[in-house]
Formats: sequence, C-alpha cells, structure tokens
Amino acid sequence: MDTFIFSAIEFGVIFLFGCVGEILTEKSGHLNLGIPGIMCVGAAGGCFGAGIYLNATANPIGFVTILLAILFAMLFSGALAGIYAVLTVSLRSNQNVTGLAVTIFGVGFSSYFINNVVLVGETGTLLSAAGLNFFKAYLPFADNLGWFGKIFLGQGFLTYFGIFIAVAAAILLRRTKIGLNLRAIGESPATADAVGINVTAYKYVFVILGGAIAGLGGLTYVMEYMGGIVGATVADTVEGIGWLSIALVIFTLWKPDFAILGSIVFGALYIISSYVSLFFPNASFTFAQLKLFPLIPYVVTIIVLIFTSIRGKKENQPPASLGLSYFREER
Amino acid sequence: MSNVKTEKSVREPLFHIAKRGGLPLWKGILIRFIAIFAGLLVCGIFVTVAADGKKGFFDVFASLFSGAFGTERRRWLLLQDTALLLGVSLALVPAFKMKFWNLGGNGQILMGCLTSTMCMFYLGGKLPDPVVWLIMTVSAIAAGALWAVIPALFKAFFRTNESLFTLMMNYIAFHLVCFFISYWYPKGTGTMTPLEAGVLPDLFGNKYLLTLFVVVLLTVFMFAYLRFSKHGYELSVVGESENTARYIGVNVKGVIIRTLLLSGAICGIVGLLISGSINHAVGSNYDNNMGFTAIMAAWLGKFDPLIIVLTSFFITFLTRGMGQVRTDFGFTSEALSSVIIGIIYFCVIACEFFISYQIKFNGEHKKTKKPKKNRFEETVKRDFAEEFKMAKEENFEENKEEK
Repeated sequence: MDTFIFSAIEFGVIFLFGCVGEILTEKSGHLNLGIPGIMCVGAAGGCFGAGIYLNATANPIGFVTILLAILFAMLFSGALAGIYAVLTVSLRSNQNVTGLAVTIFGVGFSSYFINNVVLVGETGTLLSAAGLNFFKAYLPFADNLGWFGKIFLGQGFLTYFGIFIAVAAAILLRRTKIGLNLRAIGESPATADAVGINVTAYKYVFVILGGAIAGLGGLTYVMEYMGGIVGATVADTVEGIGWLSIALVIFTLWKPDFAILGSIVFGALYIISSYVSLFFPNASFTFAQLKLFPLIPYVVTIIVLIFTSIRGKKENQPPASLGLSYFREER
Repeated sequence: MSNVKTEKSVREPLFHIAKRGGLPLWKGILIRFIAIFAGLLVCGIFVTVAADGKKGFFDVFASLFSGAFGTERRRWLLLQDTALLLGVSLALVPAFKMKFWNLGGNGQILMGCLTSTMCMFYLGGKLPDPVVWLIMTVSAIAAGALWAVIPALFKAFFRTNESLFTLMMNYIAFHLVCFFISYWYPKGTGTMTPLEAGVLPDLFGNKYLLTLFVVVLLTVFMFAYLRFSKHGYELSVVGESENTARYIGVNVKGVIIRTLLLSGAICGIVGLLISGSINHAVGSNYDNNMGFTAIMAAWLGKFDPLIIVLTSFFITFLTRGMGQVRTDFGFTSEALSSVIIGIIYFCVIACEFFISYQIKFNGEHKKTKKPKKNRFEETVKRDFAEEFKMAKEENFEENKEEK
C-alpha cells in the first residue's frame, strides 16, 4: 500500500505540473490544447540538457544535473509555448487549431529529438544513472520513519518542486495584484485594457510561463518516475498524460492548490492497473481483462466533467473570455 | 493619476492593426501559397541540416514528389489516404460549423473499425457475404454515431465541455480496441492477422476504388447538405449565435444532437472502410491520428467541402512524401513527418492573420495627411479651375489608396 500511495504522488506530480501550467494559461484567456506537445518537448529538452552535462563531466554533481535539466526543460517548452503565444496573442489565430498544431509538432519533434539527438552514444546509460542517483534521491533519514517517511519524505526533488510551484501559483492568483490583473484579463480583456493593464504583455508572460511549467511535467515523467529510462515511445505516453492534465484543470475548478489533491487522485487512477493485485488479492484476471483497467482515469474524467457541468456553480466556471482572441478595435 | 503623460512624451506606436474589409480571392490564395512555400523552405533546410549534408537541399523535394507520385501504387495510395482524410474532415465540418469542437474523430473512427471487424470476426463465413456487409455497415455507422452523440447529449443538456469529453472518448475507444484484440488473440502480441471472410468487396477488381467511390458520394452529399438543406442552414445559425437561433425558432438542442449523429456516423463509415475494405482487421492505431489531422484539413479549407478536397490532398501529399524523404535520407524516426507537417501548419496558421488583418504603419499614415493641410493654404491663392482639377485628382488618389 505504501508503494501505491508513494507512486500515486510521484505520478500525480506529472499531472500537477501540466495542470498548473494550463491553469495559468487559461487564466489569461487562452485554452492551450498544445500542452501535451509542450510537455513532450519539456521531457526532450530536459534530457538534452542533462545529457550534455553528463557527457561533459566524469563526476557529475546531482544538484547541477537537476538544475540544468529543469532549465533546459523550461527553455524548450517555453519556446514552443512562445510559438503558440505569437500565433494566438499577436496573430489572433484560432486557439483550438493552433493548440492541436502545437501538439502534433511537439509530439513529433520530441520523439525525433529524443531518438536522434539525445540518445546518442552513452547518454542513455548516463541518464538512467542520473535518474536513479539524482532525481530519485531523497532525504537520508526518510528510511527510518516507516511509511510516513517513505510516502512524504522519500520523494525526489521534482515532487516537492511541483508542490511548491502549485502553492506559489495559488498565492499568485489569489493574493497578489498580478494575479488580480491576470484574472481580469481572463474574464474580460477589454475591461482590463481600459483600466490600463498591458493585456498583450500579461498574455505572453503567462502563456509562456504556463508552458514552461507544464514542460517540467514531461521532465518529471522521464527522469523521476521512469528513473531516467528514456524509451522510444516516451512521447506517446506523455501525450496521453497531457490530455488528462487539461481535463484535470476542469476537475480542480481552476485552482492550483486544489490541483495538488486532484493530481494525486488522477495519479492513483492512472497507475491502478499495475496494482490490481493489491486491491483484488483473490481475483485472477485474464490478460485481456487487465487491458480494461487503463480505461479508468478516462471514464472518471468524463464523469467529473459531467458532474461539474451539471452543478454549474457561478464561481466554478471557466474564465469568461477563454478561447476568444482579443482585438482592441473590435466592438 | 500620476502617470498621465504630456502629449509630447506619448510615443505613437510604430504601426497599428486593422481588420481588412475584404481581400480579392487571388490575393488570399497568393498569401497562402507564400506561406506554404515558406514552410516547405524551412522544412527543406531542416531536413538538409538534420541529414548532415549527405544529400543536397533539392533532393528533399525530389524525394517528396517521388514518395507521393513515384509509382502507380504510390499514386493509388495517395488517392486512398486523401479519400480517408477527406472523409473524416467532411464528418467534422458540420460539427465545427456549429462551433462544436469535436476532437473525438480518432475514437469515432476506431469504433467504426472495431464494430465492423467484430462483424467480420463473428459473422464472416457463417452468413452470406451481402448480409454481413449490411450488418457491418449499420453497426459501424451506429458505433461511430454513438461515440459522437454521447458528448453531444451532455453538451446540449448540461453544456459539458465537449472538446475534453470527445478527447476522453478517444482513449476509451483505444483501450477497447486493445481489449478486444487481446480477447480474440490471448497469446498474441496485440496485433491482429487480417481476416478473410466477410470483407467488403473490391469494385471492378481494384481494391482502392470502393473507398474512393464512397468518399466521393460523401463529398457530394455533404456539399449539398451544407449548401442547400434546411439542416445545413440551421447548424450554421447555431454556430454563429445560439440566441439568434433560438429567436428564429431553431431547436438548438435538437440541432446539436442531430449534427453530431451525422458527424459520428461519417467517421464510422471511414472506420468501416479502413477495417472492412483496406486492412481487413483492427488495430489500436488504425485511426492514424486522422481525427486531429482532419481538423487542420477542415479548418484550412474554411469548412467548405470543395476546398477541403484540396487541403486534404495537400496534407496527404506531405505525409506520404515525407515518408519517402525519411527513407531516402536515412532517418529511422517516423516522427520526422509530424515535425515537418507541424512547421507547415504553423506557417499556414500564421498567414491567416495577414488575410484577415492588415498592418498600417503610422509613419506612412502621417505622410499622406500632410499635403491635405498644405493644400488649403495654397489653394486660396489659386484660381477655381485649377483647384477643382487638383481636388479631383487627389480624390482619385485617395480612393485608390483606400482600396
């Protein structure tokens, strides 16, 4: 059971990054369907950054590796989010179509990039060593504290970083002037513009920042959850995770602090198929029946979508101008 | 307010953006061609650089064309893939015209594939072939329609977010296919061997013609449906403004459900063709991500069935051509085509901005205004006839500029 909860939290953080990134983006009025692609690119970029460093030094320092991986993941995913921002903010193109194009490009690019640029020579082995030794490293006294230590203190650095970012985003949105301005832009950009808020700058900053945060989700999957074992099909898995993260935004009612809990629930649902014997110790499933368990998170997402829409509370609605591009001269 | 600036300190922005009234057709086409050309150029450079100079820049385009048109088989495959993509795009068009973001094309195709394969698997050889074909067609249409109408029902009655709902339906269909394959072949590797009994017939002995024929029929039907039928009119009104639609007495919920039934049904037919006529089996990747690609094709084609014929042909040409480029340039990764196509999408999406908006430089704006001011001072001294002549000319010039 410890292992299950531990893995649920570890996996949940992947959703958390994607979800918080998408919340920040959506609060600026942009529905970024490119998040799955952006997360893939984040994974590719992170591996690339860590790979360069690991190839260059004989005795890599864990902290530097993680820092470089985070930096490169944010750089790559931020760049792709930047393309999305240019197209939707400045060029006012359709957000759904642009988002899909970003996803198609991002998934393809990261798959190509990982197989042809990152995984050359010894990098694969170096990355998995780094994943095991640095990204999965935890506090030394966690082992002595039983299940509590394992679940709450035994996580890798990125898990805590993800929760920190979610809390920071929640405070930013709810307690600061920047957050107030951002929410105003999401609700009604014309009004925000009239007050003197620089709508374009805000949109750019938060679409790119949101993308960069989401990119860390991809990095977490590859380096922490998979322990640095970079397979050829990483991009396909991350794409599925990305779509679920977007759905999670609705589940968490656009609240980053809610997202922490929501993502752990989703993480548990996602990995449940590997822990079937834990819940049904006496039942034996055929190979085919086991194939039905991965359905669970998607079915739950649908049920959640339906319930939130049926309840339809006013404060639980998406930002009013979500998905609409803003053109100042339009009446 | 402390930040009120004096008039001098306010710097005018370099340019401003204005909506275009209307653009001549040829200009719009020209802009799009420039965008596609720019995209291809970037891609050519990308491939040449990525291949480490093993081959030249122009070899990319040679491979691209040979991959699409090189042999007779390639030409038929190009047509077949175009037809499939066109079919899915046609399915999505009515939904998108209604502003219903049906991202579930993949799932609807897969359900069509799955049910038609089920019919072949269980009924093939036991019933006469025409009966199997009939049951297959009906069940594929029903399954596709079901997969689309579930989100539509919730959208109509509870305003549930349809784009995420349809996306999740994709994954459910995907996992269902995985389940059935391992249910039928418990010791298999997750792939299915092609079935022989109950498969759809070839037209005139050519295995590609049935697909083409069905999709041509669909194109004609969809064109007529959107252009001439009352249904087509109603769904475009719902898309423009639900309130207007309600005001003129359109049953909005009914239209949403009806349109998505149609949309899903056509996706189901495409699934039927993929499984029943082309592959004779089902696989979890048989949708080939066409549900997403078709969105691009439909959107680039302005939701007009006749233009979509061209856009889906172009996209298929790129996909098939890039496959050849990959082999010729020695790339192992299949993902290269998505990268290239993604870049071209970006270019084409960006160019839409220049079609619907124009950039006016504020500097130029001033220049044209200045002579007007001078004119008044000078003309006072001139005689009437000269002034009239000048004013006429300027008017003419102004009109020209405005155009």
